[in-house]
Amino acid sequence: MSIKKISKEQPENFKFNEKNHEIAEKIISNYPKGKQQSAVMALLYIAQKQNDNWIPLIAMKYIAKFLDMPYIKVYEVATFYSMYNLAPVGKYFFQVCTTTPCMLRGAYDLVDICKKKISKEESKLSKDKKLSWIEVECLGACVNAPMIQINDDYFEDLDSKNLEKIIDQVKQDKHPKPGSYRGRLNTEPENIRKTLLGNKNA
Amino acid sequence: MLRDEDRIFKNLYNDNGPDLNSSILRGDWKNTKDICEKGRDWIINEIKSSELRGRGGAGFPTGLKWSFAPKEVGTRPHYLVINADESEPGTCKDRDILRFEPHKLIEGCLIASYAVNAHKCYIYIRGEYFNEGKKLQTAIDEAYEKNLIGKNSSGTGWDLDIYIHYGAGAYICGEETALLESLEGKKGQPRLKPPFPALIGLYGCPTIINNVETIAAVPTILRRGAKWFSSLGREKNTGTKIYCISGNVNNPCNVEEEMGVPLKELIENHAGGVIGGWDNLKAVIPGGSSMPMLPKHICDNMKMDFDACVENKTGLGTAGIVVINNDQDIIKCMARIARFYKHESCGQCTPCREGSGWMWRMLERMAAGEATSDEVDMLMDVTKQIEGHTICAFGEGSAWPVQGLIRHFKDEILERNKFDPIVKKQKNVPYLVDQHLLEKENAEVKS
Ligand SMILES: Cc1cc2nc3c(=O)[nH]c(=O)nc-3n(C[C@H](O)[C@H](O)[C@H](O)COP(=O)(O)O)c2cc1C
Ligand code: SF4
Ligand code: FES
Repeated sequence: MSIKKISKEQPENFKFNEKNHEIAEKIISNYPKGKQQSAVMALLYIAQKQNDNWIPLIAMKYIAKFLDMPYIKVYEVATFYSMYNLAPVGKYFFQVCTTTPCMLRGAYDLVDICKKKISKEESKLSKDKKLSWIEVECLGACVNAPMIQINDDYFEDLDSKNLEKIIDQVKQDKHPKPGSYRGRLNTEPENIRKTLLGNKNA
Repeated sequence: MLRDEDRIFKNLYNDNGPDLNSSILRGDWKNTKDICEKGRDWIINEIKSSELRGRGGAGFPTGLKWSFAPKEVGTRPHYLVINADESEPGTCKDRDILRFEPHKLIEGCLIASYAVNAHKCYIYIRGEYFNEGKKLQTAIDEAYEKNLIGKNSSGTGWDLDIYIHYGAGAYICGEETALLESLEGKKGQPRLKPPFPALIGLYGCPTIINNVETIAAVPTILRRGAKWFSSLGREKNTGTKIYCISGNVNNPCNVEEEMGVPLKELIENHAGGVIGGWDNLKAVIPGGSSMPMLPKHICDNMKMDFDACVENKTGLGTAGIVVINNDQDIIKCMARIARFYKHESCGQCTPCREGSGWMWRMLERMAAGEATSDEVDMLMDVTKQIEGHTICAFGEGSAWPVQGLIRHFKDEILERNKFDPIVKKQKNVPYLVDQHLLEKENAEVKS
């Protein structure tokens, strides 16, 4: 099980903004009447997005009221799932996959780059406070290993050099292009594709 | 090699775009209404005789599963739930379906919902697949707009609503009952079975749960006929399958091939061969990290289907093939997998929660050559304590691969961990791993 650190510094108030309030109501309507608790995961996401990518305790209380469920149940969910950040992370949040398929293709070289260019330790903000990184388990893009996720996007087929460049760009608030950094089409075998060629030329 | 016209997922690499028009050109949504009009029994029978088996890991016959749903809807509504949690290390096939073939999945959802009497379908996508979810939502919106789903879906008279539900980074939510808990807004901790979800599932209602690839294959099977599907592969191992080939190969890739294709052909023909040549192969994990690895001599002639894998004491699982060559440290590879399981255990059952940590720590020490030689048997013992003593199959999934390592590479572990304290003879306390460590300092070492 993963261990979660909860921020010592907590804001006093939290409320969905108008737009998020609307989205939340709509998500609740996806589930049968009386089963609004099903929406808790989505609402936690919304809270996380609204609050600079982390969820304060007050937001959990707010969501508990919003869904008419006990606070402890929201807390349980927020602490169980690894994607909810309960302490501040960088505006650009790097998740480096180091599970075996990625490890086999050099994921730990990427970790070294993160240590060098972002922060020595996981989950610590960079000097400019904009970036942070963690090691994560398989992100489901193993044939494009090694790869990292930055916020919502996957960066695939990486090596140390590419990653250094990506970090430099991100530091300047530029948005590097997600996807393969070897220029291949998604999950096709690079250069030697033998299947669906009629498609390719169509 | 499978002929291109026999491939189900023609847009696997997104040559042509996932939008509705391109999908229709590929044959999706062609005669959905006619298929449904043949009736529930026909659909279920056809899927049964195609011998389609679940693509999510367990390989359960899909037609049979559907037939477990109550024939008539009672007081409780039925649900169809699609498992798109894809988190098994080595596996990334559902991702391609979600983003490049979403209409196959949506059409499959309609047919399956119709067959099991469900008006609501939830697609549970792992949270990290945010962009894939967005693409799927776009396709769902297109389908609503063209009345392919929604009220009177595709003119079938059947009403169907499809919703996406995002997970949040828990591998265990791929286990079907944990997935249901998660859908209900709780921690994703598996339920005891029975009762099985087909009778008591989501919100206590009859629920059929299938993998993305399983459901996305359904429309093509019904369109081309069960006979076509079962003519590929062999008995009980029919059809095509998306294989994900990762690790130490020259050209890692996803590829759809016939069931039962030789492992060597997949690696050499599609993935550009093992880095350093076939003779540089050390081991292959054939079906995602939960399946025991195989040494080279078995890989030489292995066929990739459910039963051939079982014959070799492993499993086809998700067909996530992880290739490991001689440049790697095999014990370290396994230690990293053990760390994955330690991280992902939901913590409900003591053998799994504690055992996964033990296996990880022991393997780390074995990789570093710091373990005692008797600990190898002890590690085997730990796996046996987990296997069969847990609520869900995660226990087996974490224990089996360790057993696989010991089965095939015991000599190598022993070679590295020669340290043999006399303590073993005096005190045989196999389960107190940490205690044992404390005693190591005091132990006399046999030279
Ligand atoms: C620990 C664990 C993780 C699983 N993860 C997944 C998964 O990510 N995706 C999936 O489709 N099935 C997964 N399964 C299998 C499901 O429980 C279930 O068998 C499957 O979704 C049924 O669909 P199918 O019959 O179409 O294969 C997992 C099972 C276990 C025990
Ligand atoms: S076997 Fe492991 S993952 Fe499954 S219920 Fe028990 S503790 Fe949870
Ligand atoms: S192991 Fe890194 S994406 Fe699967």
